[in-house]
Amino acid sequence: MPVHTRQSDDGETRTIAIEGRFDFSTHQAFRDAYENDSEGVRHWVIDMSDTRYLDSSALGMLLLLRDFAGGDNASICIENCNGDVRRILAISNFEQLFSIR
Amino acid sequence: MTDPDNPRPLRLLIADDSSTDRLILQAILRRQGHEVQAAEDGQAALQLYHRWQPDMVLLDVMMPRMDGMEAARQIKALAGETLVPVIFLTSLSDAGSLAQCLEAGGDDFLPKPYNPVIIRAKLWAFDRMRRMQETLARQRDLIHMRNQQLLDEQVTARRVFDNIAHTGCLDAPNIRYHASPMSVFNGDILFACPRPAGGMHLLVGDFTGHGLPAAIGALPVAEIFYGMTSKGFSGPDVLRELNQKLVRILPTGMFCCATFAEVDFRQGVVRVWNGGLPDGYLMDIDGTCHSLVSRHLPLGVLGPERFAAPMEEYRAKPGDQLLLMTDGVLEATDAGGQHFGEQRLLQALATQPAHVSPVDHVIEQVQTFAGGGRESDDLTLLGLRMTSQDPVTKRSVPATQSALTGPAFWRCSYEVEGPTLGQFNPLPLLLHVCMAVAGLRQHSGEIYTLLAELYNNALEHGVLELPSAWKNSPEGFARYYAERERRLAVVEGHSIQFDLEHCLRDSGGRLIIRCRDSGQGFDPEAVTEPGERAYAGRGLALIRRLSSGLTYNKQGNQAEVVYDWELTEHGSGQT
Repeated sequence: MPVHTRQSDDGETRTIAIEGRFDFSTHQAFRDAYENDSEGVRHWVIDMSDTRYLDSSALGMLLLLRDFAGGDNASICIENCNGDVRRILAISNFEQLFSIR
Repeated sequence: MTDPDNPRPLRLLIADDSSTDRLILQAILRRQGHEVQAAEDGQAALQLYHRWQPDMVLLDVMMPRMDGMEAARQIKALAGETLVPVIFLTSLSDAGSLAQCLEAGGDDFLPKPYNPVIIRAKLWAFDRMRRMQETLARQRDLIHMRNQQLLDEQVTARRVFDNIAHTGCLDAPNIRYHASPMSVFNGDILFACPRPAGGMHLLVGDFTGHGLPAAIGALPVAEIFYGMTSKGFSGPDVLRELNQKLVRILPTGMFCCATFAEVDFRQGVVRVWNGGLPDGYLMDIDGTCHSLVSRHLPLGVLGPERFAAPMEEYRAKPGDQLLLMTDGVLEATDAGGQHFGEQRLLQALATQPAHVSPVDHVIEQVQTFAGGGRESDDLTLLGLRMTSQDPVTKRSVPATQSALTGPAFWRCSYEVEGPTLGQFNPLPLLLHVCMAVAGLRQHSGEIYTLLAELYNNALEHGVLELPSAWKNSPEGFARYYAERERRLAVVEGHSIQFDLEHCLRDSGGRLIIRCRDSGQGFDPEAVTEPGERAYAGRGLALIRRLSSGLTYNKQGNQAEVVYDWELTEHGSGQT
């Protein structure tokens, strides 16, 4: 599985880590990662340390998560992006919608 | 699945020159419920095969006239891609002979003397294989058919799409572009449309996803882009409409990365909005290269209340090149999986020979890199060379007596007040009113220019009190537009009023446009020669050239333009 989830002890923060390519083939796994048993999750962390590549459908999935997590009120943090991934997020100006660290 | 103890009856052809062996095998097979026909040699077996088309064939190896191996070879050839298992009946045991049987096309052996249990198991196994092959072939044919159907549908859909996007000016002499004919199904779009008062709008875009959903999103984009541009709406207006339409129709997660450019050839200005596409480039004729960076979220992401459509302004001289592209260029890969990337692109642009369009040069470089041009399907590029004149010649619409239809004698007054001045562009609406007169329709470009020049003068100089002298230097130019934005945002207590009046005359008509602003005005007497005074600028000269007369009131805050049009045999001209 290229998508792994971790939950903080209080159950409020869920971290989703994506391994390898984050593209359409990850769609179902990513969706499961945020939809399953997510009651009580208030903060989301997308860990990109092992994400090599990100395409536009992945950007779409991030938007889906954002809607799921409350739209403009969503608390989502994208972390540990490599240069390529960061570049794609920057071109799309996703820092306006997500906090990217 | 068939039960091994109770297999479906098969049609079995057996061939053996020994009548005893033949009878024994026939009896065993019939007892197991199969339909059996028997031949005494290879030749007879072949004839029987032709006539009867059995499911499986069991052949003795050594027979007179034609041996089992030759019969197997011919039966396999006749069966083509249908799997007809051929099983050799043999008492041979040396490896070489057995191997020969398989080389001739046999699938297995049955050792003599016969064992009914083994026979049952083998027949069942081969029947299973035979059916699997049948299913595979059927499914393959079905997939093939469906794929063909899909391609046919795409061609038809492409035609519909072309009909909607046909009014474009991608064929203008100063535009070069590259897009695969089916690029709309890769989610790529590429449009260009002349503006009524001269200049052009360009749009290069890339929808998330592929196939039908992407192509469906492209349809409203084409319609809005062409429709609004030819009605005279500005870039930000078109962008806002595109965005809100896409937000409404696309599911979350689907959007359109796009670069929009508004080109004004006469003034030598390029305005760019980039939301999510790789950098575009504006290359000076002297070699300097400006990156047109994405500063916005793609179209279809933000709700209308949060969407911003400010465009960045650049000055451009004739000969300068504008280059816009989707990410297919950067993501083109070579045999080793390496991306073409930004470095190689910049390198290509730096080494670009004069007189070769950057589009052709970049495509060539990418194809050399990727090898064999196999990536060119995903490459969408648009290049535009700046010219001093509008490159698109107006298509003349023949005017006949029907030009006299529509409202002939009318008058209307329209006033824009207060903060609305900063938020709303009244020109498309006013143009629309004028275009109800059939005879004016073929002059839409000139009418739009008159309205636009009058409105801009009234707004920028009358209401906002911007000195046009600023525009004489590049720094001032930027300052002018920055200040324009700033003052527009806080404008209050002002208004601009248009009075339009139209009447028919002997062989044509007359349109009178009055534009009055609430500003201080200026001394029209002081403007003797166009361009002499920076305040009046080139706009007034243009109005004078297009119309039969321009006059100002004493206070200098109301302009009156008279525009006469005439019917001629081949079209209507202006006196």
